Amino acid sequence: MHTQITHLLALWGTLPSIIRTTVWILIITIVVILCVAFLTLWERKVIGWMQLRRGPNRVRIFGLLPGFGQPFADVVKLLTKEVVIPTRANKFLFRLAPMLALVPALAAWAVIPLSPELVVAKANAGLLYLLALSSMGVYGIILAGWAANSKYAFLGAMRSAAQMVAYEIAMGFALVGVLMASGSMSLGTIIAHQQGGLLSWNWFWLFPLFVVYFISGVAETNRAPFDVAEGESEIVAGFHVEYSGIAFALFFLAEYANMILISALTAVFFFGGWQAPFAGYPFLGATLLGAPSFFWLGLKVFVFLFLFLWFRATFPRYRYDQIMRLGWKALIPVTLVWIGAEMLMAAMHVGPWAKSWFH
Amino acid sequence: MPLTGEATAVLVDILFYVFATLLVAGALGVITARNPVYSALFLVFAFINSAGIWLLAEAEFLAIVLVLVYVGAVMVLFLFVVMMLDINLTELRRGFTRFAWLGWLTALALIAEIMTVVWTRGLAGVDLSRGFVPEPAGFSNTRALGQVLYTRYAYPFELAAVLLVVAIVAAIALTLRHRPGLKSQDISRQVAVRAEDRVRLVKMAAEKRS
Repeated sequence: MHTQITHLLALWGTLPSIIRTTVWILIITIVVILCVAFLTLWERKVIGWMQLRRGPNRVRIFGLLPGFGQPFADVVKLLTKEVVIPTRANKFLFRLAPMLALVPALAAWAVIPLSPELVVAKANAGLLYLLALSSMGVYGIILAGWAANSKYAFLGAMRSAAQMVAYEIAMGFALVGVLMASGSMSLGTIIAHQQGGLLSWNWFWLFPLFVVYFISGVAETNRAPFDVAEGESEIVAGFHVEYSGIAFALFFLAEYANMILISALTAVFFFGGWQAPFAGYPFLGATLLGAPSFFWLGLKVFVFLFLFLWFRATFPRYRYDQIMRLGWKALIPVTLVWIGAEMLMAAMHVGPWAKSWFH
Repeated sequence: MPLTGEATAVLVDILFYVFATLLVAGALGVITARNPVYSALFLVFAFINSAGIWLLAEAEFLAIVLVLVYVGAVMVLFLFVVMMLDINLTELRRGFTRFAWLGWLTALALIAEIMTVVWTRGLAGVDLSRGFVPEPAGFSNTRALGQVLYTRYAYPFELAAVLLVVAIVAAIALTLRHRPGLKSQDISRQVAVRAEDRVRLVKMAAEKRS
């Protein structure tokens, strides 16, 4: 058995790189989609518990684990439903929009280092690539709102476009701070530069930027309390009001994939990615607790995803003008001030700038 | 099994022609599409294809910034405006034949400019018959660009930044107007409001219904 595995691994090494990359892409995509499926279940469960309900507990897998079959039941339901296309809708764009929403959310995973060894593309400008992709996600929403030829959908799309453009600036400036701290746009280098325990991660020296980045991330994904683009009490369901069946499911998938992505990026930029929080404690050595691994990235992503759900269960929705005010008048000035503070820190060689490769 | 140098060059050539064809098709779509929203989308398509060509030329910084700035921000605002406006298409098309000569003139001037650049480069000894010259491994486009931008071209760079700030201030100043009688919200007053300002609790003895 063991020899067979080594044999298979050797065979894997001889495959052309294009095939190996394709296999990795497929694996990551499938895992992300499965994560989305269980994230929807986890969300309904967590919010249920917070509101003293049980959440979904009927559909089982093979008669076990009550509730765990719910995501699959939902998928089957959505797949078998009719995709209704409104008569006056722009049929081509109406069909294209859900795909445009989903593709950037999945394509971004190409540059995220999942473990010290595993990353699909070691891009030099990985951070820029992520910014570019996250700014393209808005097209799916705008086109969906416009193509549906519905007032509610259009209002939702307009709100979403303004919101995403505003928060992208704050997000970009927060990442400028990360860039200054690590001196590289490659995500692998950014993580490697945060080497050490809990306190040598970026969040400690860039705390305001971390807060700004995560708030902008919540706003970028159109999640509560920034979900005016959907705003079911005012504009029914916003941009996807005319979508049904699997076309609606694609928007849903995109939103949740984006949540996982933002959580992973927050972990990478501010919480050391796959770095272990207990690194440097000699008695732990190279055990799971002390060694960097995928486990730590997964745990951090899980914590941030929980924050997303917690926000949704806690905060009332922002009014539109308050969202704009927060983005332009609060978050952007905070990032600008902290970039100034970083210049001082760099001049005095404290924090991340005390490391040897900066002088 | 990495590709050999020659195979890579052929692949790059094929990709270049694919991107270039799509780019030209997209650009034609911008001016021929009946619907302005489609025009804007064709422009986005053209931007993405030119970003692809820049990636082939190993100018990854420029390629990504093109997508980030033009596709991600400028065209989103464009679409925003185009979708909101109620554009009269017949009105828009009326001048098409009348101003066609202007379009042809601009196109000719552009072609002449490009050919002059190619010609002078050829005179300077740059071999233009070959494809892109690959950079050495470990070369960072972004770093190289930053190094010249902040040293050699620091003043022009800052001048451009100041110009942009002036433009922002001017745009805001031009659209800023104070209409009398406008009911706008004073956020600090809204935040500072207390329960006592809004609700008056009245205490009174119970009364008997007569």
